[in-house]
This record gives sequence, C-alpha cells and structure tokens, in this order.
Amino acid sequence: MPANPAALGIDVGSTTVKLIAVDRNGVILWHHLKTAEPRVEPQVDNFFEMVSKKFGDVSDIPLVATGYGRKLVRQAARQITEITCHARGVYQQLGHGGTLVDIGGQDSKVIIINSSGQVEDFTMNDKCAAGTGRFLESTAGRLHVDVDQMGTVALAAQEEAPISSTCTVFAESEIISKIANGIAVETILKGLHRSLISRIVAMIRSLGLIPPLMLSGGVVKNPAIRSMLSEETGESVILPELPQLMGAYGAALMAL
Amino acid sequence: MNIASHIKYFVNVQVGARSYIRLKRRQGARKPRIPLNWNTKCLAPPLKIDGLTKELIALHYLSGRYADGRKSVAWVTSGAPVEILQALGYYVLYPENHAAVCGVKRKVVEIAGEAENAGYSRDICSYARTDIGAMLSGKSAVGQLPKPDLLLACTNICQTVLHWYRVLAHHFDIPLITIDTPFIYTESSDADIKYVKRQLEDSIPVAEQACSRRLKYKKLQDVLKMSKDASELWLQIMQRGRHRPAPISAFDQFIQMAPIVEMRGKSATVDFYAALLREVDERIEKGIGAVVHERKRLLWDNLPIWYRLRYLAEYLGERGIAVVASTYTNAWGELAPFMDENRPIESMAKTYIHPILNRSTGSKLETMKKMSEDFHLNGVILHSDRSCKPYSIGQIDQRNKLIREYGIPALLLEADHNDPRSFSEEQTASRLDAFVEMLEN
Repeated sequence: MPANPAALGIDVGSTTVKLIAVDRNGVILWHHLKTAEPRVEPQVDNFFEMVSKKFGDVSDIPLVATGYGRKLVRQAARQITEITCHARGVYQQLGHGGTLVDIGGQDSKVIIINSSGQVEDFTMNDKCAAGTGRFLESTAGRLHVDVDQMGTVALAAQEEAPISSTCTVFAESEIISKIANGIAVETILKGLHRSLISRIVAMIRSLGLIPPLMLSGGVVKNPAIRSMLSEETGESVILPELPQLMGAYGAALMAL
Repeated sequence: MNIASHIKYFVNVQVGARSYIRLKRRQGARKPRIPLNWNTKCLAPPLKIDGLTKELIALHYLSGRYADGRKSVAWVTSGAPVEILQALGYYVLYPENHAAVCGVKRKVVEIAGEAENAGYSRDICSYARTDIGAMLSGKSAVGQLPKPDLLLACTNICQTVLHWYRVLAHHFDIPLITIDTPFIYTESSDADIKYVKRQLEDSIPVAEQACSRRLKYKKLQDVLKMSKDASELWLQIMQRGRHRPAPISAFDQFIQMAPIVEMRGKSATVDFYAALLREVDERIEKGIGAVVHERKRLLWDNLPIWYRLRYLAEYLGERGIAVVASTYTNAWGELAPFMDENRPIESMAKTYIHPILNRSTGSKLETMKKMSEDFHLNGVILHSDRSCKPYSIGQIDQRNKLIREYGIPALLLEADHNDPRSFSEEQTASRLDAFVEMLEN
C-alpha cells in the first residue's frame, strides 16, 4: 500500500466529480474523475471507498471540498469556493499569477491571480448558461455531434455562421433554422464556439486582462476553445498539466 | 371634506387604529424581545426601537386608509420635494415605499403579476410594476391604499417616474406635477437652481387647487426645518457606523429609513430619529456591534434586496462581515446641509437637484471612496439591480476603479430590489463566499 496522503481535495462540479490525494509537498499521489450523478452524497461515499481501498483508512486525513456540491460533502473539514481553489491549484502548478479562465459545466469564471498566488479579483457568468460547457453540450446534441469532437470539427470549418442568440435555448432554435437553410454543421459549430468565446472575452475585459492568460476546466479539452480564445485576446493560452482537476487540487492544497 | 368622512376618520384612525396599535404593543410586550428564530450567535438583538418603527409605519398606512374624503391625498416619488405638500396638509403616500413593504412581505410576484398581465414588461422597474399592479387590482400588503387627488413626480431619481406617473394620472384622472431636475456632474449651477425653483413655485397653485387650501409660508418653513432636523439626525445615526464594532448595520438602516423617506417634515419623525440616535449611542457605550464578531466591514451600493434582508444579514454576519454603510441610506442624510428654512423654496431646489442618482457616475464613485475611507471599510458590494438602471449604470467601471485605483476590493452582485424572480440564492451565495475568501487573503 502506498504512503498515506497528507491531504485530500474533492471538487463536486455540476458535470464531473474529482478527488485528488496529495503528499505533504503538494505532489499529486492519486486522482479520480467521474461524471456527476444526480445524488451527490452516495457518489462521494463511493469515491471515499475507492480512495480507502488505495490508501487504507483516510478518515483522519484533512479534506477540503469545493464545487457546487461542496456543502453536501459531510466528510469535509472545510468548504472553499472554486474561485479560491482553482487559483490555488493553478498557481501551484504554473508558479505565476495572471488571468485564469475556468470554463466549467455550469459556470464560467475569470480570476485575476496576483504574483503571490492570491485572488485579486474575479467574475462569474450571470444567471445564464450561454458562457459555459453546458452551452456546447446542449447544442452538440441538437447537431448530432459528439461533444468531444465538437472543437476539432469547428476548427476544420472554412466559414463561420454567426449565432446571434445569447441564450442557450434560443441558440438551439437558431441552429435548427440554419440546418434547415442547408448550412454545414462545421460552419454552425464554429459560430457556436465564437458565441461562447465572445462571452468569455467580455468577462475578461470587464476585469482587464493581466497576462499571462491561463485556462482550466473541462472545456479545455476542446481545441477550438483554446485556439479561439487566443485569437480573440491576442495572448497565448497556458494550460496546467491537469486542467480539469485544478479545483480539486487547490482544495487538497488548502487542506494541507 | 364632509362631516361623515371626518367621523369615519376619527373613529377608525384616532380610536380604532390607535387601539389596534396599543393591543399590538401589549401583545409584543408578552413576546420575547429576541425572536426565537433570530441568529444571536452572529447578530446583535433587534434594535429596541423596532416596535416603534412598526407602529409609526402601521399608523401611517392606517391613517392613509381612511384619508379619502377627510384629507387630500398625494402620491409622490421618493425624491420628491414633499415639504410643500406636507405644509398644505396632504396625506402623502410613497408608492416606492409601499412597493418595498410588499417586497419585504413577499407579495411582489402576485401584485407585480397584475401589471405584467396587463401588458407591462418585466423589464420595467419592479417598484413601478408593483405600484401599477396595486393600482389595477387594489391588492396591497398594507390593506388598502387611498386614492390620490394629486401626483408629484420628480426626475431626480430616474426617468421611469415620468412614464409611471403618467400612467397613474391617466388611470385616476387627476393632476400630475412634474419637477424636472437637471442632471449634474458634481454641483448644481445657479441656473439649475433657478430652473427648479421656478418649477416649485409654479407647482404651488396646482397643489393648492387640488386641496382647496392656501400655502402658509411659515408652515412651509416649519416643515422644512423638521425635514432638516430629521435628516441631520439620520446622518448622525449612519455616521455612528464609523465606530468599531459598528452599532448599526446597513440592513438595520434599510428598515429604519422608512420614516425619513415617507414621513419627512413631521415632528414624530424628528422624535423617532432622536430616540434611535440615543439607542445607537447606548450600544456604542456598551460595546454592542450589529454583527457579534465583526471582522470585516463593507459598503453596500444601490437599493437593498428587500425580500432577502435577513438572509443576507445572517449570511454575512455568520462570516464576521458587517455591512456598516450604504450609499442608498446615505442619500437621505447627505443632503441635510442644503436645507435652509430661511430660504425654503431656493434651498429645496438645491436639495432636490443633488440626490446621488442625479449626479454623475464619477461623483458616485467619489462618494463610495470617501465612505470607504470614513468608515474604514474592507470592501464594497455593488448590488447590480436589474430594476434600477440609473443606480446600476456605471457600476462595472466604478467597481474596477475601486479595485485598481483605490485598492478597495469590490463585488458586483446581480439581483433585483423587489422581484425575487431575479434572485438566485445559490449563485449569490457562491459569489459572496468567494468574495469573503478573497477579503480573508
């Protein structure tokens, strides 16, 4: 059995749940990620069974929970927001401050991290899913494109169909109308990505971009997001090694 | 004004309403002073004056309920130059205050829904929708509102009132006085004051005709003096928030501001604020803070979120955050120095040109910066109020300047002052949590 971890961090997001174990130096020993189930508590229990199988009894190991479901993690000593945890995780991995964009399933955040790794300012998307991963997920279904392939397909497009709706639901109706008019799927997809990115860029501008520009969250897997964000801001985009796990990693570091 | 209505008013208000209030007072005395669901771990007990506040408001609305035929009634905007009407003996109703009471009592969705069903868009101010809904349906959180004989709208708070009060004037078929206050950047010019003074003078014969009375200059001076005295006391009460721990929070102020808004120019209002000031000073002497373990101090910008006052006070209080000042409550105190009973009309003109909503976004930023320094604040919450566009415009720049130029952490919190359908508890909690964590750094 490997050495016991010094701390655990769990990120209960709207799309995925992530658990990370770190040693006393903040080095990741183990991590696990799974699609979020509707009932948080049994899933979290299940995660703890897995980590216990790996390391033995972990009930005495300090744990911090983050993400939308953080308050439902009864094993956690503390609950800390994703803003603080993502900033902490990314700063630890990259070693510098700047502007961090985190695009999650249910919300998007832009966080200004200072040179000491502290959150200096932040903003989140308003009461609307249009700037989040859910926007892409929802429209992928309508276009019958695998969500993992959306970015690659969009980048292959020569043209771009503008999507004017800022609402996820209305964007779907707009897509139906474009399909009916014979517009190619990849052209629509590129327009969809542009629509999402323009909302993210507006959030970045509302705070003022302080380079370098960093990106985390599940949507990072989509290459079009990285590419178009860089194109729109004129900044190259830096990714941490495990972008989707930065919330859980930051939580584990806060638990140390 | 017939004898029957006088008798009805006397029986219902002087006898009935006062007996009802005495009964409520006796019932209240038997209840524990601290409500059972009050979070005493994080908040000081409710102010002792709360009972008197409720009595004043109850009596105000009860006397309005039976005013028809007994007193002339005017409906006015919150920033209206009300002293002329008070001096003429009008019963003055503030639809915005009534809407806020509906907000606190969670009646807005039902009442504003009446206006929405009649075609008024949800993009219109939720105060306006609540008032128009009340007008159309007769629904209210305070029983029944008296029909107005006169309307007075002043543009110093927003332009919506121009359209809103035209709707009221059309519905009730009564005269509408509009006082147009020129927008100013920092201070008014002589021409601005002359322009508003002329309008105030022109409004007097209209108001006199609607109530069949003559304005007595001495009475106007007395009313303005009482407005000034109450506003000065209110300003002193708010400035006690500079003390650590702050004896009164902005959430307390949101409740205790009702008399200064809707009962300005009355001796009872002056007495009320003198008593509140004594209680606040008593708290300071005893070292009682509005938040039990005050660690950080914040400013609130914009209107309150009426239907979530207690929730926000507790949520922040549990985290040791005291919201000790607000630009909104400050607006009813900061203009006191302009009031001068020796030059009533001219000084009223100057006073009513200067509310924060009639000044530039830069001037509002300076007010926030000055308050942050005076009250030794750790940050600012800017409530981005979907309903109040003039208060919310410029907040993104103000927020950024507070952070970048003055080093004051600031949070933009999206909600609506009266419509709970524009409030998301989970998202609000998430932002507040992250902001508190940032302040702790």
